[in-house]
Amino acid sequence: MLKVSVDKINDLFRAIAATQKLFLPVDTNAGAQYREWSEGVTMSQALNTNRSAKDFFFPQTENLAEFKVEGKKIEVKPQVNEYEDFVVFGVRACDAASFAILDRVFLSEPVDTFYEHRRTHGTIVTLACNRPAETCFCTTFGIDPAVPGGDVSAWQMGDVLYLEAQNEKGQKLLDAVNAELSEAPADAAEPVKAAIRVMMEKLPLANLSLKGIEDQKMLDLFYSDKWKGLSESCLGCGTCTFVCPTCQCYDVRDFDTGNGIQRFRCWDSCMYSDFTRMAHGNIRNSQMERFRQRFMHKLVYFPENNEGIYSCVGCGRCLAKCPIHMNIVKVIKTMGGTENE
Amino acid sequence: MQVDETKEFKPTIVAFCCNWCSYAGADLSGTNRLNYPANVKIIRVPCSCRVNPMFILRAFQRGADGVIMCGCHPGDCHYTSGNYYARRRMTLLFSMLDFLGIEKERTRVEWVSAAEGAKFAATMNDFVATITKLGENRRLEDIRCKKQ
Amino acid sequence: MQEAMIKRAKELLADGTVNRVMGWQAGEFAYDITPTVFSSADELDKSFVYNDFCSANVSKYMINESRKDGKILCFLKPCDSYSFNQLLAEHRIWRDHVYIIGIPSYGKVDVNKVRAKGVTGITGIRTEGANVVVETIYGPETMVKMDVMEDRCLCCKSKKHMVYDELIGEEGDVMESSRFDMVEKLENMTPEERYEFWRGELSKCIRCNACRNVCPACTCENCVFDNPNSGIANKAPSSDFEENMFHIIRAFHVAGRCTDCGECSRVCPQNIPLHLLNRKFIKDINELYGTYQAGEDVNARGPLTNYTVDDCEPSIVHHRRG
Repeated sequence: MLKVSVDKINDLFRAIAATQKLFLPVDTNAGAQYREWSEGVTMSQALNTNRSAKDFFFPQTENLAEFKVEGKKIEVKPQVNEYEDFVVFGVRACDAASFAILDRVFLSEPVDTFYEHRRTHGTIVTLACNRPAETCFCTTFGIDPAVPGGDVSAWQMGDVLYLEAQNEKGQKLLDAVNAELSEAPADAAEPVKAAIRVMMEKLPLANLSLKGIEDQKMLDLFYSDKWKGLSESCLGCGTCTFVCPTCQCYDVRDFDTGNGIQRFRCWDSCMYSDFTRMAHGNIRNSQMERFRQRFMHKLVYFPENNEGIYSCVGCGRCLAKCPIHMNIVKVIKTMGGTENE
Repeated sequence: MQVDETKEFKPTIVAFCCNWCSYAGADLSGTNRLNYPANVKIIRVPCSCRVNPMFILRAFQRGADGVIMCGCHPGDCHYTSGNYYARRRMTLLFSMLDFLGIEKERTRVEWVSAAEGAKFAATMNDFVATITKLGENRRLEDIRCKKQ
Repeated sequence: MQEAMIKRAKELLADGTVNRVMGWQAGEFAYDITPTVFSSADELDKSFVYNDFCSANVSKYMINESRKDGKILCFLKPCDSYSFNQLLAEHRIWRDHVYIIGIPSYGKVDVNKVRAKGVTGITGIRTEGANVVVETIYGPETMVKMDVMEDRCLCCKSKKHMVYDELIGEEGDVMESSRFDMVEKLENMTPEERYEFWRGELSKCIRCNACRNVCPACTCENCVFDNPNSGIANKAPSSDFEENMFHIIRAFHVAGRCTDCGECSRVCPQNIPLHLLNRKFIKDINELYGTYQAGEDVNARGPLTNYTVDDCEPSIVHHRRG
């Protein structure tokens, strides 16, 4: 375990930024947002960033290829990106856990090389959650915000920041900035871990459990008449999907630039009316079906295909951001999720 | 990007002209051998009222540096009142573009009748001169559409 | 207020005047309230709420609800009633399928402003007179309501109901409002400053479409931005231009019909002050074509579907200011 005094944290940032790009949450008029660190930038104390950290690996839009058409000839120019090493500092346990879920999608065959490159070049420094919010329910998915994971884990205790490498990549980062850090006892962060766990117990959603949903048959859940009531006031916007750290659906589109075609991909939302629009038509024509799809995917289909791992990390962004406050917690509770005793 | 100082900036201008007055006016300026720059691209519309605000924006997206809409003089609309509606729409749209900080000189409305070939040429010359002075459209460009 | 509303809703359900009630349903944390259709007295007792956190404008739901069988009871706040009336003017709502009770609104609390004060772990929140009392897992907090009120309520334009069958509480008045102050401030900036301001704001857009989908004036069956044949359909702000275009066009499509209910800015997950675009149109319309408030008069002709022969020329934009 290593440590740095919080008032010296800028020296640590400067040392990291000397060799690679460093991103961290910064307070803006749109809440906390990840921004590149430069001299004078201070890290936000907010619990969660407004948008999730998935943008670093799976950006909202990215170009895939370009086509040039001349007469009967089509020239295809694949997108060539240059990847640089970067560090994301201050990622919370929930967002850090979301990368493992995204990995299952993008790193299984066929591997998404754009995503893979970014994952290889990115180092994640997580930060334990000293002040969890009422919207937090990461513990439901077995995430412990006191042990935030990532490549390096960090804990802030008073005016000291403790850091601990979690793997080789993390060790490499800490070795590179060793001059800014000093040794600390291995159990130095234990008091803050204990304090976080005490706070987690007090959260209103601390006892949310998916047991009741796990015990039900998939088709019974699918045909449940509760979806209608839940989805009734859904606006069909994409807020929940776009702020979600685990939503990974995308669309591939062509843009006619007037001198060629730009093929790009962009985030898509299952809440949108044209999400499953195909040549023959659309298989999901009502908002109820789209709404059901989003939650069935996260809570039933994804775990069915991934050894029981849910495609939700309980970050609570959708709870805070939904324009009509309909969210996954209300769905879980209505569909039979139980409270642990 | 390197700017070639020696290359003279030739703006691309899109002119929406109504079929009944301004397009005929453009025609007349041609038959009268009046000059106006070749970088004015005319798009014929049935009435100035046909011009959707989106047309203006998309012209900028596709590389226009200035967009001008020409129609029959108020009171002379072939469809009686089309240009009155267009007038309100364009006023509000131009004001909105100005509100967003986009140079207000880039957009213009002129009423040109079928008999005003000379006015058409003069208007276009003046507009092209204004846009040339203003320079390239940067604030409402779509970088994907810039030629490499 | 809440008790009176539930009581009256039950009466109307019982005597068969209505078969459903559109209202607000309590959530997990006292502030996360969902617009919901209630169909029984039991449901009303269980979770119907009306308090300073019931922000959602429910008028847009009446487009679909009024097409269903039987009459629905709809509670409308003053600003919602403008939206409802505008929808009536556009023939989007079947008036005889809706029973409207006008209810007062004393200014809604913005929980994001509460959070911005560093308050988190909220387990309970309520207004007590001029104060907001918050209970959190870290201890209680009290703050002045005016400090955490929604921006749109701080410059409320009217407490008067434009349409109703009956009222609960007192009828208010149209008010003097400072709602154009920020628009004016922007107008007085240089074009460069305005450009910087709007690039900063619009570049935050994630194109979630919440502003469009919540907007009571955006009622197209198929939006031009979703229509693959329109040539401009897109799901992401792929370039600066697309960010600008989406918001300019959206504001333009509701120009003259926007009642300035402020839902667009309320729901924006990226806090973009979208209402300023709409207010700019409203301000221009007022200044150039005479004062007009959408949703005030069902029979009035909208400013963009109307004209006078001596309207100003578009070149007025070149002469005004700057």
